[in-house]
Amino acid sequence: MSTKEVLLNPLFVNNPIGLQILGICSALAVTTKMSVALVMCIALTLVTAFSNLFISMIRNQIPSSIRIIVQMTIIASLVIVVDQILGAVAYDISKQLSVFVGLIITNCIVMGRAEAFAMQNPPGLSFVDGIGNGLGYSIVLMLVATIREFFGSGSLFGIEIMPLITNGGWYSPMGLMLLPPSAFFIIGLLIWALRAWKTEQIEAPEYEIGGHTALSKV
Amino acid sequence: MSEPKYNKDSMKNVLVVSLLVCLVCSIVVSSAAVFLKPQRMANKDLDRNKNILEAAGLYDKASGVSVDIAAEFEKFEIRVVDLQDKRVLSDIEAIDLGIDARTYDQRKAAKDPAVSKVLETSEDIASISRRARYSVVYLLREDDDIKKIVIPVHGYGLWSTMYGFIALDGDMNTVSGITFYEHGETAGLGGEVDNPAWKAQWSGKTIYNDDGVALKVIKGFASADSPQFNYQIDGLSGATLTSRGVQNLVSYWMGDDAFGPILDDFRG
Repeated sequence: MSTKEVLLNPLFVNNPIGLQILGICSALAVTTKMSVALVMCIALTLVTAFSNLFISMIRNQIPSSIRIIVQMTIIASLVIVVDQILGAVAYDISKQLSVFVGLIITNCIVMGRAEAFAMQNPPGLSFVDGIGNGLGYSIVLMLVATIREFFGSGSLFGIEIMPLITNGGWYSPMGLMLLPPSAFFIIGLLIWALRAWKTEQIEAPEYEIGGHTALSKV
Repeated sequence: MSEPKYNKDSMKNVLVVSLLVCLVCSIVVSSAAVFLKPQRMANKDLDRNKNILEAAGLYDKASGVSVDIAAEFEKFEIRVVDLQDKRVLSDIEAIDLGIDARTYDQRKAAKDPAVSKVLETSEDIASISRRARYSVVYLLREDDDIKKIVIPVHGYGLWSTMYGFIALDGDMNTVSGITFYEHGETAGLGGEVDNPAWKAQWSGKTIYNDDGVALKVIKGFASADSPQFNYQIDGLSGATLTSRGVQNLVSYWMGDDAFGPILDDFRG
Protein backbone atom coordinates (compact mmCIF):
# COMPACT_ATOMS: atom_id res chain seq x y z
CA MET A 1 0.00 0.00 0.00
CA SER A 2 1.27 3.47 -0.81
CA THR A 3 1.48 6.18 1.84
CA LYS A 4 -1.40 7.97 0.20
CA GLU A 5 -3.61 4.92 0.42
CA VAL A 6 -2.66 4.39 4.05
CA LEU A 7 -3.67 7.97 4.80
CA LEU A 8 -6.85 8.21 2.73
CA ASN A 9 -8.32 4.72 2.83
CA PRO A 10 -9.60 5.03 6.42
CA LEU A 11 -11.64 8.09 5.44
CA PHE A 12 -14.30 6.26 3.44
CA VAL A 13 -13.07 2.94 2.07
CA ASN A 14 -12.05 1.45 5.40
CA ASN A 15 -13.55 3.83 7.93
CA PRO A 16 -12.88 2.79 11.53
CA ILE A 17 -16.43 3.59 12.63
CA GLY A 18 -18.26 2.97 9.35
CA LEU A 19 -16.71 -0.36 8.37
CA GLN A 20 -14.65 -1.59 11.29
CA ILE A 21 -17.36 -0.46 13.78
CA LEU A 22 -14.71 0.58 16.31
CA GLY A 23 -14.82 3.49 18.74
CA ILE A 24 -18.61 3.69 18.88
CA CYS A 25 -18.66 4.33 22.64
CA SER A 26 -17.03 7.75 22.50
CA ALA A 27 -18.93 8.57 19.32
CA LEU A 28 -22.10 8.39 21.41
CA ALA A 29 -20.73 10.28 24.38
CA VAL A 30 -19.01 13.39 23.07
CA THR A 31 -21.09 14.35 20.04
CA THR A 32 -23.69 16.65 21.60
CA LYS A 33 -21.53 19.71 20.94
CA MET A 34 -19.28 20.28 17.91
CA SER A 35 -16.51 22.09 19.80
CA VAL A 36 -16.16 19.23 22.26
CA ALA A 37 -16.26 16.64 19.48
CA LEU A 38 -13.56 18.54 17.59
CA VAL A 39 -11.18 18.53 20.53
CA MET A 40 -11.90 14.85 21.07
CA CYS A 41 -11.07 14.18 17.39
CA ILE A 42 -7.78 16.07 17.60
CA ALA A 43 -6.83 14.31 20.82
CA LEU A 44 -7.68 10.89 19.44
CA THR A 45 -5.88 11.49 16.14
CA LEU A 46 -2.73 12.57 17.97
CA VAL A 47 -2.86 9.64 20.36
CA THR A 48 -3.43 7.11 17.57
CA ALA A 49 -0.64 8.57 15.43
CA PHE A 50 1.95 8.73 18.19
CA SER A 51 1.06 5.40 19.77
CA ASN A 52 1.38 3.84 16.31
CA LEU A 53 4.73 5.57 15.84
CA PHE A 54 6.24 4.51 19.16
CA ILE A 55 4.89 0.99 19.05
CA SER A 56 6.15 0.54 15.51
CA MET A 57 9.60 1.80 16.55
CA ILE A 58 9.99 -0.96 19.09
CA ARG A 59 7.88 -3.57 17.29
CA ASN A 60 10.89 -5.82 16.70
CA GLN A 61 11.76 -5.77 20.39
CA ILE A 62 8.30 -6.27 21.90
CA PRO A 63 7.97 -9.89 23.04
CA SER A 64 4.71 -11.29 21.70
CA SER A 65 3.69 -12.62 25.10
CA ILE A 66 3.45 -9.13 26.61
CA ARG A 67 2.72 -7.08 23.48
CA ILE A 68 -0.81 -6.02 24.49
CA ILE A 69 0.29 -4.73 27.87
CA VAL A 70 3.21 -2.86 26.31
CA GLN A 71 0.83 -1.24 23.84
CA MET A 72 -1.56 -0.33 26.64
CA THR A 73 1.23 1.24 28.69
CA ILE A 74 2.33 3.43 25.79
CA ILE A 75 -1.22 4.42 24.89
CA ALA A 76 -2.14 5.17 28.49
CA SER A 77 0.94 7.35 28.95
CA LEU A 78 0.13 9.33 25.82
CA VAL A 79 -3.46 9.82 26.92
CA ILE A 80 -2.38 11.11 30.33
CA VAL A 81 0.00 13.56 28.67
CA VAL A 82 -2.76 14.78 26.32
CA ASP A 83 -5.12 15.18 29.27
CA GLN A 84 -2.53 17.20 31.17
CA ILE A 85 -1.83 19.44 28.19
CA LEU A 86 -5.54 20.07 27.63
CA GLY A 87 -5.95 21.00 31.29
CA ALA A 88 -3.11 23.48 30.95
CA VAL A 89 -3.98 25.13 27.64
CA ALA A 90 -7.70 24.57 26.99
CA TYR A 91 -9.23 24.40 30.44
CA ASP A 92 -12.85 25.03 29.47
CA ILE A 93 -12.87 22.30 26.86
CA SER A 94 -11.05 19.84 29.08
CA LYS A 95 -13.73 20.47 31.70
CA GLN A 96 -16.42 19.55 29.19
CA LEU A 97 -14.61 16.45 27.98
CA SER A 98 -13.99 15.40 31.59
CA VAL A 99 -13.59 11.63 31.72
CA PHE A 100 -13.77 11.07 27.99
CA VAL A 101 -10.16 12.09 27.35
CA GLY A 102 -9.12 9.41 29.81
CA LEU A 103 -11.38 7.00 28.00
CA ILE A 104 -9.38 7.38 24.79
CA ILE A 105 -7.30 4.62 26.39
CA THR A 106 -10.16 2.23 25.95
CA ASN A 107 -11.00 3.46 22.45
CA CYS A 108 -10.79 0.38 20.29
CA ILE A 109 -9.39 2.34 17.33
CA VAL A 110 -6.12 3.11 19.13
CA MET A 111 -5.56 -0.46 20.29
CA GLY A 112 -6.88 -1.86 17.04
CA ARG A 113 -4.46 0.11 14.87
CA ALA A 114 -1.51 -0.60 17.15
CA GLU A 115 -2.15 -4.32 17.02
CA ALA A 116 -3.28 -4.59 13.39
CA PHE A 117 -0.93 -2.12 11.71
CA ALA A 118 1.90 -0.75 13.83
CA MET A 119 3.13 -4.19 14.88
CA GLN A 120 3.82 -5.10 11.23
CA ASN A 121 4.81 -1.82 9.58
CA PRO A 122 7.65 0.72 9.76
CA PRO A 123 7.28 3.80 11.99
CA GLY A 124 6.67 6.40 9.26
CA LEU A 125 3.88 4.45 7.62
CA SER A 126 2.38 3.57 11.00
CA PHE A 127 2.28 7.23 11.95
CA VAL A 128 0.43 8.04 8.72
CA ASP A 129 -1.96 5.16 9.38
CA GLY A 130 -2.69 6.63 12.81
CA ILE A 131 -3.41 10.04 11.30
CA GLY A 132 -5.61 8.47 8.61
CA ASN A 133 -7.68 6.46 11.08
CA GLY A 134 -7.93 9.44 13.39
CA LEU A 135 -9.31 11.47 10.48
CA GLY A 136 -11.71 8.68 9.52
CA TYR A 137 -13.02 8.72 13.08
CA SER A 138 -13.13 12.52 13.04
CA ILE A 139 -15.23 12.69 9.86
CA VAL A 140 -17.93 10.49 11.35
CA LEU A 141 -17.76 12.17 14.75
CA MET A 142 -18.05 15.66 13.29
CA LEU A 143 -20.96 14.63 11.04
CA VAL A 144 -22.81 13.14 13.99
CA ALA A 145 -21.99 16.18 16.17
CA THR A 146 -23.20 18.57 13.45
CA ILE A 147 -26.54 16.80 13.19
CA ARG A 148 -26.96 16.46 16.94
CA GLU A 149 -26.02 20.01 17.83
CA PHE A 150 -28.06 21.49 14.97
CA PHE A 151 -31.29 19.68 15.78
CA GLY A 152 -30.71 19.31 19.51
CA SER A 153 -29.58 22.81 20.38
CA GLY A 154 -30.27 24.78 17.19
CA SER A 155 -26.64 25.87 17.00
CA LEU A 156 -23.34 24.98 15.33
CA PHE A 157 -20.09 25.34 17.29
CA GLY A 158 -22.18 27.10 19.93
CA ILE A 159 -23.30 29.79 17.47
CA GLU A 160 -27.05 30.05 17.36
CA ILE A 161 -28.52 29.14 13.96
CA MET A 162 -32.12 28.45 14.90
CA PRO A 163 -33.21 30.56 17.91
CA LEU A 164 -34.70 28.33 20.61
CA ILE A 165 -38.11 28.93 22.15
CA THR A 166 -36.45 29.08 25.58
CA ASN A 167 -34.36 32.00 24.31
CA GLY A 168 -37.33 33.73 22.74
CA GLY A 169 -37.03 32.19 19.26
CA TRP A 170 -39.18 29.74 17.32
CA TYR A 171 -37.30 26.43 17.32
CA SER A 172 -38.36 23.69 19.69
CA PRO A 173 -35.27 21.47 20.05
CA MET A 174 -35.40 17.70 19.57
CA GLY A 175 -34.54 16.40 23.02
CA LEU A 176 -33.72 12.95 21.63
CA MET A 177 -30.77 14.41 19.73
CA LEU A 178 -29.09 15.28 23.02
CA LEU A 179 -29.35 11.75 24.37
CA PRO A 180 -26.85 9.00 23.43
CA PRO A 181 -29.34 6.78 21.55
CA SER A 182 -29.71 9.40 18.82
CA ALA A 183 -26.04 8.93 17.92
CA PHE A 184 -26.79 5.24 17.42
CA PHE A 185 -29.49 6.05 14.89
CA ILE A 186 -27.35 8.63 13.12
CA ILE A 187 -24.32 6.34 12.91
CA GLY A 188 -26.56 3.54 11.65
CA LEU A 189 -27.95 5.79 8.94
CA LEU A 190 -24.44 6.98 8.03
CA ILE A 191 -23.24 3.40 7.66
CA TRP A 192 -26.26 2.68 5.46
CA ALA A 193 -25.47 5.70 3.29
CA LEU A 194 -21.79 4.73 3.10
CA ARG A 195 -22.63 1.19 2.01
CA ALA A 196 -25.14 2.39 -0.54
CA TRP A 197 -22.31 4.47 -2.04
CA LYS A 198 -19.51 1.90 -1.68
CA THR A 199 -21.39 -1.32 -2.31
CA GLU A 200 -18.28 -3.50 -1.89
CA GLN A 201 -18.56 -2.83 1.87
CA ILE A 202 -21.80 -4.79 2.11
CA GLU A 203 -21.09 -8.03 3.88
CA ALA A 204 -22.54 -11.32 2.69
CA PRO A 205 -25.40 -12.38 4.95
CA GLU A 206 -24.17 -14.87 7.53
CA TYR A 207 -27.30 -16.95 7.25
CA GLU A 208 -29.82 -17.34 4.51
CA ILE A 209 -33.19 -18.96 4.82
CA GLY A 210 -33.47 -21.90 2.46
CA GLY A 211 -36.45 -22.80 0.28
CA HIS A 212 -39.36 -24.87 1.56
CA THR A 213 -37.87 -28.15 0.45
CA ALA A 214 -40.03 -30.38 2.62
CA LEU A 215 -43.26 -28.75 1.54
CA SER A 216 -42.40 -28.76 -2.16
CA LYS A 217 -42.41 -32.56 -2.17
CA VAL A 218 -45.98 -32.79 -0.99
CA MET B 1 32.15 -15.44 15.36
CA SER B 2 28.52 -14.69 14.76
CA GLU B 3 26.29 -13.03 17.37
CA PRO B 4 23.74 -15.36 18.89
CA LYS B 5 20.43 -14.76 17.16
CA TYR B 6 18.40 -12.10 18.98
CA ASN B 7 15.41 -13.81 20.54
CA LYS B 8 12.72 -11.31 21.38
CA ASP B 9 10.61 -13.86 23.21
CA SER B 10 13.28 -14.90 25.68
CA MET B 11 12.59 -14.41 29.38
CA LYS B 12 15.44 -11.93 29.59
CA ASN B 13 14.03 -9.80 26.81
CA VAL B 14 10.54 -9.86 28.32
CA LEU B 15 11.97 -8.45 31.54
CA VAL B 16 14.21 -5.90 29.86
CA VAL B 17 11.49 -4.58 27.53
CA SER B 18 8.84 -4.35 30.23
CA LEU B 19 11.24 -2.60 32.58
CA LEU B 20 12.38 -0.10 29.96
CA VAL B 21 8.86 0.65 28.74
CA CYS B 22 7.67 1.26 32.30
CA LEU B 23 10.65 3.45 33.08
CA VAL B 24 10.34 5.64 29.99
CA CYS B 25 6.56 5.96 30.29
CA SER B 26 6.67 6.85 33.98
CA ILE B 27 9.28 9.54 33.35
CA VAL B 28 7.19 11.03 30.54
CA VAL B 29 3.95 10.97 32.53
CA SER B 30 5.41 12.31 35.75
CA SER B 31 7.33 15.11 34.09
CA ALA B 32 4.22 16.17 32.16
CA ALA B 33 2.26 16.17 35.42
CA VAL B 34 4.89 18.13 37.33
CA PHE B 35 5.66 20.72 34.68
CA LEU B 36 2.04 21.42 33.77
CA LYS B 37 0.72 21.48 37.31
CA PRO B 38 1.21 25.21 38.03
CA GLN B 39 -0.57 26.07 34.79
CA ARG B 40 -3.44 23.69 35.56
CA MET B 41 -3.85 25.03 39.08
CA ALA B 42 -3.80 28.59 37.82
CA ASN B 43 -6.49 27.74 35.27
CA LYS B 44 -8.61 26.15 37.94
CA ASP B 45 -8.37 29.16 40.26
CA LEU B 46 -9.01 31.55 37.41
CA ASP B 47 -12.09 29.57 36.41
CA ARG B 48 -13.41 29.61 39.98
CA ASN B 49 -12.78 33.32 40.40
CA LYS B 50 -14.46 33.95 37.07
CA ASN B 51 -17.53 32.15 38.35
CA ILE B 52 -17.55 34.19 41.55
CA LEU B 53 -17.48 37.37 39.46
CA GLU B 54 -20.16 36.02 37.16
CA ALA B 55 -22.47 35.18 40.08
CA ALA B 56 -22.01 38.69 41.43
CA GLY B 57 -22.77 40.12 38.00
CA LEU B 58 -19.31 41.64 37.48
CA TYR B 59 -18.43 39.48 34.52
CA ASP B 60 -20.53 38.28 31.63
CA LYS B 61 -19.07 35.55 29.47
CA ALA B 62 -21.66 35.99 26.71
CA SER B 63 -21.16 39.74 26.33
CA GLY B 64 -17.60 39.17 25.15
CA VAL B 65 -16.38 42.18 27.12
CA SER B 66 -12.99 41.25 28.50
CA VAL B 67 -12.56 41.84 32.18
CA ASP B 68 -9.37 41.72 34.19
CA ILE B 69 -10.44 38.80 36.36
CA ALA B 70 -7.57 39.09 38.82
CA ALA B 71 -8.09 42.83 39.38
CA GLU B 72 -11.85 42.51 39.73
CA PHE B 73 -11.47 39.62 42.13
CA GLU B 74 -9.19 41.72 44.35
CA LYS B 75 -12.20 43.89 45.19
CA PHE B 76 -13.73 41.05 47.18
CA GLU B 77 -13.19 40.65 50.88
CA ILE B 78 -12.93 36.95 51.69
CA ARG B 79 -14.14 35.88 55.11
CA VAL B 80 -14.01 32.48 56.76
CA VAL B 81 -17.25 31.34 58.39
CA ASP B 82 -17.80 28.64 60.97
CA LEU B 83 -20.92 26.74 59.95
CA GLN B 84 -21.02 24.77 63.19
CA ASP B 85 -20.93 27.74 65.58
CA LYS B 86 -22.79 29.75 62.97
CA ARG B 87 -20.64 32.85 62.96
CA VAL B 88 -18.14 34.75 60.86
CA LEU B 89 -14.55 34.34 62.02
CA SER B 90 -12.21 37.26 62.36
CA ASP B 91 -9.02 37.16 60.32
CA ILE B 92 -7.00 36.37 63.44
CA GLU B 93 -9.22 33.42 64.34
CA ALA B 94 -8.91 32.09 60.80
CA ILE B 95 -5.12 32.33 60.95
CA ASP B 96 -5.12 30.57 64.32
CA LEU B 97 -7.01 27.72 62.70
CA GLY B 98 -4.44 27.63 59.95
CA ILE B 99 -6.97 28.59 57.29
CA ASP B 100 -5.89 30.88 54.49
CA ALA B 101 -9.16 32.18 53.07
CA ARG B 102 -7.68 32.56 49.59
CA THR B 103 -6.52 28.99 49.24
CA TYR B 104 -8.97 27.21 51.54
CA ASP B 105 -10.20 23.99 49.96
CA GLN B 106 -13.64 23.25 51.30
CA ARG B 107 -13.91 20.05 49.32
CA LYS B 108 -10.80 18.63 50.92
CA ALA B 109 -11.90 19.78 54.35
CA ALA B 110 -15.24 17.97 53.94
CA LYS B 111 -13.34 14.68 53.79
CA ASP B 112 -11.36 15.36 56.97
CA PRO B 113 -13.29 14.02 60.01
CA ALA B 114 -11.62 16.60 62.28
CA VAL B 115 -13.14 19.57 60.49
CA SER B 116 -16.30 18.16 59.00
CA LYS B 117 -19.43 16.38 60.08
CA VAL B 118 -21.50 13.56 58.67
CA LEU B 119 -24.96 14.73 57.77
CA GLU B 120 -27.91 12.63 58.92
CA THR B 121 -30.24 11.54 56.13
CA SER B 122 -32.94 13.86 57.43
CA GLU B 123 -30.73 16.94 57.30
CA ASP B 124 -28.79 16.00 54.17
CA ILE B 125 -31.17 17.72 51.79
CA ALA B 126 -28.53 18.33 49.11
CA SER B 127 -27.15 14.73 49.23
CA ILE B 128 -23.61 15.73 50.05
CA SER B 129 -23.12 13.25 52.97
CA ARG B 130 -20.37 15.29 54.66
CA ARG B 131 -20.11 19.00 55.27
CA ALA B 132 -16.96 20.92 56.15
CA ARG B 133 -17.14 22.94 59.34
CA TYR B 134 -15.60 26.00 57.74
CA SER B 135 -16.49 27.74 54.54
CA VAL B 136 -15.72 31.07 52.97
CA VAL B 137 -17.89 33.89 51.72
CA TYR B 138 -16.90 36.64 49.33
CA LEU B 139 -18.06 40.13 50.21
CA LEU B 140 -18.20 43.11 47.92
CA ARG B 141 -18.44 46.34 49.89
CA GLU B 142 -19.35 49.82 48.83
CA ASP B 143 -18.21 52.27 51.48
CA ASP B 144 -18.99 50.19 54.55
CA ASP B 145 -22.16 48.52 53.34
CA ILE B 146 -22.11 45.05 51.90
CA LYS B 147 -23.30 45.27 48.34
CA LYS B 148 -22.99 41.62 47.33
CA ILE B 149 -22.21 38.39 49.08
CA VAL B 150 -21.12 35.31 47.11
CA ILE B 151 -21.65 31.94 48.75
CA PRO B 152 -20.16 28.63 47.60
CA VAL B 153 -22.77 25.88 47.27
CA HIS B 154 -22.87 22.30 46.08
CA GLY B 155 -25.31 19.46 45.86
CA TYR B 156 -26.15 16.33 43.96
CA GLY B 157 -28.03 16.56 40.67
CA LEU B 158 -28.77 13.57 38.47
CA TRP B 159 -25.28 12.23 37.72
CA SER B 160 -22.90 14.36 39.65
CA THR B 161 -22.27 16.81 42.44
CA MET B 162 -22.77 20.30 41.08
CA TYR B 163 -20.46 22.98 42.45
CA GLY B 164 -21.32 26.61 42.13
CA PHE B 165 -21.89 30.01 43.68
CA ILE B 166 -24.96 31.96 44.63
CA ALA B 167 -24.64 35.70 44.97
CA LEU B 168 -27.07 37.75 47.05
CA ASP B 169 -27.62 41.48 47.24
CA GLY B 170 -26.87 43.50 50.37
CA ASP B 171 -30.30 42.70 51.87
CA MET B 172 -29.11 39.06 52.14
CA ASN B 173 -32.37 37.96 50.55
CA THR B 174 -32.46 39.00 46.90
CA VAL B 175 -30.60 36.74 44.50
CA SER B 176 -28.06 38.50 42.35
CA GLY B 177 -26.93 35.49 40.34
CA ILE B 178 -26.02 31.82 40.27
CA THR B 179 -23.30 29.90 38.45
CA PHE B 180 -21.99 26.37 38.37
CA TYR B 181 -18.32 25.83 37.71
CA GLU B 182 -18.31 22.07 37.89
CA HIS B 183 -20.99 19.51 37.15
CA GLY B 184 -21.47 16.37 35.10
CA GLU B 185 -25.10 16.75 34.07
CA THR B 186 -26.32 15.74 30.59
CA ALA B 187 -25.33 18.35 28.01
CA GLY B 188 -28.44 20.05 26.64
CA LEU B 189 -30.75 18.80 29.42
CA GLY B 190 -29.40 19.07 32.98
CA GLY B 191 -26.36 20.80 31.53
CA GLU B 192 -28.66 23.74 30.81
CA VAL B 193 -27.88 24.93 34.35
CA ASP B 194 -25.15 26.74 32.42
CA ASN B 195 -27.64 28.37 30.05
CA PRO B 196 -27.32 32.16 30.45
CA ALA B 197 -31.05 32.63 29.79
CA TRP B 198 -31.95 30.25 32.59
CA LYS B 199 -29.44 31.74 34.98
CA ALA B 200 -30.66 35.25 34.20
CA GLN B 201 -34.10 34.62 35.72
CA TRP B 202 -32.53 34.04 39.14
CA SER B 203 -31.55 37.66 39.37
CA GLY B 204 -34.05 39.55 41.54
CA LYS B 205 -35.76 36.47 43.01
CA THR B 206 -36.26 36.26 46.75
CA ILE B 207 -34.89 33.45 48.90
CA TYR B 208 -36.64 33.86 52.25
CA ASN B 209 -40.19 34.53 53.31
CA ASP B 210 -41.32 34.59 56.94
CA ASP B 211 -41.10 30.81 57.21
CA GLY B 212 -37.53 30.36 55.99
CA VAL B 213 -36.21 29.34 52.58
CA ALA B 214 -39.08 29.79 50.14
CA LEU B 215 -37.31 29.81 46.76
CA LYS B 216 -38.43 26.87 44.63
CA VAL B 217 -37.37 25.50 41.28
CA ILE B 218 -40.79 24.52 39.98
CA LYS B 219 -41.86 22.19 37.20
CA GLY B 220 -42.70 24.18 34.08
CA PHE B 221 -42.77 27.95 33.89
CA ALA B 222 -43.20 30.43 36.71
CA SER B 223 -46.19 32.63 35.96
CA ALA B 224 -45.69 36.36 36.46
CA ASP B 225 -49.28 36.61 37.79
CA SER B 226 -48.66 34.19 40.61
CA PRO B 227 -48.16 35.71 44.07
CA GLN B 228 -45.29 33.24 44.45
CA PHE B 229 -43.56 34.51 41.31
CA ASN B 230 -40.70 36.07 43.24
CA TYR B 231 -39.98 32.74 44.87
CA GLN B 232 -40.14 30.63 41.72
CA ILE B 233 -37.59 29.56 39.13
CA ASP B 234 -38.57 27.74 35.91
CA GLY B 235 -37.58 24.08 36.02
CA LEU B 236 -35.23 22.83 33.31
CA SER B 237 -37.31 20.95 30.77
CA GLY B 238 -36.28 17.32 30.44
CA ALA B 239 -34.14 17.55 33.57
CA THR B 240 -36.44 17.05 36.54
CA LEU B 241 -33.77 15.52 38.76
CA THR B 242 -31.18 18.20 38.02
CA SER B 243 -33.79 20.89 38.74
CA ARG B 244 -34.63 19.16 41.99
CA GLY B 245 -30.91 18.99 42.81
CA VAL B 246 -30.57 22.75 42.32
CA GLN B 247 -33.65 23.32 44.46
CA ASN B 248 -32.20 21.06 47.17
CA LEU B 249 -28.84 22.74 47.28
CA VAL B 250 -30.48 26.14 47.62
CA SER B 251 -32.70 24.81 50.42
CA TYR B 252 -29.74 23.29 52.22
CA TRP B 253 -27.10 25.99 51.91
CA MET B 254 -29.50 28.86 52.53
CA GLY B 255 -31.16 26.94 55.38
CA ASP B 256 -30.63 26.88 59.14
CA ASP B 257 -27.98 24.18 59.05
CA ALA B 258 -25.68 26.14 56.76
CA PHE B 259 -25.55 29.82 55.82
CA GLY B 260 -29.01 30.88 57.05
CA PRO B 261 -27.92 32.09 60.51
CA ILE B 262 -24.78 33.68 59.09
CA LEU B 263 -26.81 35.72 56.63
CA ASP B 264 -29.00 36.79 59.57
CA ASP B 265 -25.84 38.04 61.26
CA PHE B 266 -24.84 40.09 58.25
CA ARG B 267 -28.34 41.47 57.99
CA GLY B 268 -27.68 42.80 61.48
